Amino acid sequence: MTYLHNIGAYFLMIAEMFRKPTKWSVMRTLILKDIDDLIIGSLGIVAFISFFVGGVVTIQTALNISNPLIPKYLVGFATRQSVILEFAPTFISIIMAGKVGSFITSSIGTMRVTEQIDALEVMGINALNYLVFPKFIALMLYPFVISIAMFLGVLGGMAACVYGGFSTLEDYITGVQMDFIPFHIIYAFIKTFVFAFLLATIPSFYGFYMKGGALEVGKASTTSFVWTSVMIILLNYILTQMLLS
Amino acid sequence: MIEVNNVHKSFGDAHILKGISTTFENGKTSLVIGQSGSGKTVFLKCLLGLFTPEEGVISYDGKIYSELTGAEKRNLRAEMGMVFQGSALFDSMTIAENVMFPLKMFTKQSKSEMEDRVNFVLKRVNLENAHHKMPSEASGGMQKRVAIARAIVNNPKYLFCDEPNSGLDPKTAMVIDNLIQEITDEYNITTVINSHDMNSVMEIGEKIVFLKDGHKAWEGSNETIFKTDNDAVTNFVYSSDLFKKVRKMYIEENQ
Repeated sequence: MTYLHNIGAYFLMIAEMFRKPTKWSVMRTLILKDIDDLIIGSLGIVAFISFFVGGVVTIQTALNISNPLIPKYLVGFATRQSVILEFAPTFISIIMAGKVGSFITSSIGTMRVTEQIDALEVMGINALNYLVFPKFIALMLYPFVISIAMFLGVLGGMAACVYGGFSTLEDYITGVQMDFIPFHIIYAFIKTFVFAFLLATIPSFYGFYMKGGALEVGKASTTSFVWTSVMIILLNYILTQMLLS
Repeated sequence: MIEVNNVHKSFGDAHILKGISTTFENGKTSLVIGQSGSGKTVFLKCLLGLFTPEEGVISYDGKIYSELTGAEKRNLRAEMGMVFQGSALFDSMTIAENVMFPLKMFTKQSKSEMEDRVNFVLKRVNLENAHHKMPSEASGGMQKRVAIARAIVNNPKYLFCDEPNSGLDPKTAMVIDNLIQEITDEYNITTVINSHDMNSVMEIGEKIVFLKDGHKAWEGSNETIFKTDNDAVTNFVYSSDLFKKVRKMYIEENQ
């Protein structure tokens, strides 16, 4: 029953988020602040992880292609496919569920604990629109982060491939360009938009409706990470089935 | 004037407010007192519209809250100021930004007009030089004064304070009490304060409502509280030796 109640409350929260918009001059500042916190603030960790995981994907692929009949350029091909289809949109989103999601839950949860949300409501402000909507808009720039993750993943793969002596630069680039299907990029960005929506709303839900004190803020952050990750994995499966099979 | 008639509020099986009726008059400082767990905060949150009573009516100057449309409720809330127990200042904003926040949200004033108003109210609460401080850099007493400044910046008709003296030393608590009293008189605000600070009761309680286990056990003023023989009130208010002596002296002086 609790699960059903939470699902209902989650969708009601989303509907409420779009009602009674906050004054644009105030909202603009909030959106810019959230872009800085959620998007710009995540670029460093995303770049670091993407570059090195791209390298690891390349090394693993190269080491597992032991048959001399398999051309070396397949290393570049496999890296590109792994990075674009799964690693950048899905794996980075799980990491973002930890970084951005726990930030959202703890910041909104702390506002709940310290009665700042009550203060907004007493003033007649739609607290959901004020707090969650700017995060939702800011995360619509999330595909920009994923584009960087894709680029750096392939670049990291190239560096590992060439400097690790697994194949030549020409072979790697040939593999990266081989059998390129533009729809795969569209598929990756459709997933990215869906995950961005989850990243903005699920952590906000757990922060906004939490009860208790500081300990509960920590618990809410953990729960929000678990459920955001579960929903990302589940929707990743459903979207892949719908769009690629 | 705020009129409360037979308000009931429950959470699950816990019946918190059990048919409370009272009135809070314009230009007066009214205190709601009672032990922890007596239902004071729930009652205040019902007055603010944060909780919806299952039964009973709350009206503001004749307008019944539960019958108002969404827009009317929002307009009414814009006329309310609230000082929370923990101040509830927005910790991402400076003190001046906190005070300016209601003006930004609800008025079309220019930036200079808003700054003038913020300067005025911060001066009114004796915080002329704290504009650029963050709430975390302010003391408890300063935070309370900022909360009062934020609550009055939009010229509210109704001011609600949830234990404004909690966690403050006696001298600062008196400053806060006097400030609320002065502001109430100056702007003819309907002020309701939740408190269990007996100094506040004696100093500023023009009307006192005593809650016990969710019931209204007694109501009167800081004058009549000395004379009452209501056991629940005397057990609560005169539980300390100091207040027993004060009461004895008052009765002796007035005999």
